[in-house]
Amino acid sequence: MAATNPGSAFIAGGTDLVPNLKRRQFDVSALISLNGLGDTAVVDGDADGGLTIGAGATLDELARHPALDGAFQALAQACDQVSTPQVRCMGTLGGNLLVDPRCNYYNQTHAWRKAVGFCMKRDGDICLVARSSPRCWAVSSSDSAPVTVALDARVTLQGVEGTRRIAAAELYKDDGIDYTNKRREEVITSVQLPASDLRVTSAYWKLRRRPSFDFPILGVAIALAWDNGRIRAARGALGAVGSRPVEITSYLEPLRGQHPDDDLIARVADAADKPSRPLDNTDLNHYWRKRMTRVYIERALRDACGLEPLAGRLSAQVGNDRPR
Amino acid sequence: MSIADKVAVRLRVNGEDMAVMVLPYKTLLEVLREDLGLTGTKHGCELGECSTCGVLVDGKPYLSCLAMPLDLEGRDIVTVEGMARGSDPHPLQVAFAELGAAQCGYCTPAMLLTAMALLDRNPNPSRQAIKDALSGVLCRCTGYVKIFEAVELAASRGAAGG
Repeated sequence: MAATNPGSAFIAGGTDLVPNLKRRQFDVSALISLNGLGDTAVVDGDADGGLTIGAGATLDELARHPALDGAFQALAQACDQVSTPQVRCMGTLGGNLLVDPRCNYYNQTHAWRKAVGFCMKRDGDICLVARSSPRCWAVSSSDSAPVTVALDARVTLQGVEGTRRIAAAELYKDDGIDYTNKRREEVITSVQLPASDLRVTSAYWKLRRRPSFDFPILGVAIALAWDNGRIRAARGALGAVGSRPVEITSYLEPLRGQHPDDDLIARVADAADKPSRPLDNTDLNHYWRKRMTRVYIERALRDACGLEPLAGRLSAQVGNDRPR
Repeated sequence: MSIADKVAVRLRVNGEDMAVMVLPYKTLLEVLREDLGLTGTKHGCELGECSTCGVLVDGKPYLSCLAMPLDLEGRDIVTVEGMARGSDPHPLQVAFAELGAAQCGYCTPAMLLTAMALLDRNPNPSRQAIKDALSGVLCRCTGYVKIFEAVELAASRGAAGG
């Protein structure tokens, strides 16, 4: 249907799509619902043999799903922190992975955007955040996206030309408008979390103004594989500091082979915020978001290591971290 | 669009099966209020940012302003009008009235329904569980404490399943 209806869009939960349509951020000729398809929400498998999650599973289901209790807890933590309980009961994993990148100059009513001057993402020809930029800097605002990258998940896409399976990181392009390698007529059907012989732990930490409603203005996802109390492999990704999830895996290399302690975690976190380059186009001050990146990396690392997340050295430096 | 573009939608609202002819782009909120006359469901931001349009779908809190009716055929929709049993208000409604847990009252239908969904899942919720469950519904009078207390009162009277 999508292939023969140019200008159409798929709808599942609709919690991102419908508000954007109402603000005239884009137009569609028709909505094609995915909700009548059977078995799109099935969660199958476990951490030992690998887990397959139907893209139609709601965020609320995943937030409390027993299969996400151990190794893959970061995904449950991320789903549990998306927006509000109402949105989580409607919104799906597939939809959250594909949240339209957001920007203070784009997620506004038509009247607001007209008054300020349109941006290149809709109706205009410049980026209002970086005026000389040839590209759009809208922010990847998905909570689940950095988690799937950190967990090295695979995403299955089904289209008219067949089915393909790609790494989660391959789903995203570094552009606020053209942000995904998913073709227009393709649908995410499932997400596969990989099997592991080792013990795996994971964690997701999210920064936002209000502990409900708000999109992330920083997200940190960490996944660790363990061997006898030592970290064998560490992967990580940041959300909401770029137009796609930003990998920090190479910065976590010093953890390999180590028993992590307060000092090591603080040192690694301190260096791992380097790829975080927030711009002034979300809620709160972008310098503060940059400063909090290393603190949230430390908290996520400590959480994944089973340590008290807030008791780290970088947290001690910021003290009360409420926005001023 | 004209009347010729309307489609038949079968909805089950408050236990009653109804068929209604609607323009397919109308949201559930618009159909409930304009076509079915159920104006207890309130019209707030229309963008999923306030949840005052909240209803229950298969017992779970949903935003009627973002839901498409065609997607909800065969689902069980409950609005605030479906809470009372005959002329007896739901225990949550009684508790809200007794404790003055409504100031302007605009968020009250969504607060009641969201609290009912919580009590069905967790008959004796902690204060934190109540806060978490109601965290999606904004009260711009900021009368949250009385709302939390009313939910606790209703729970203590065994409101679950009522």
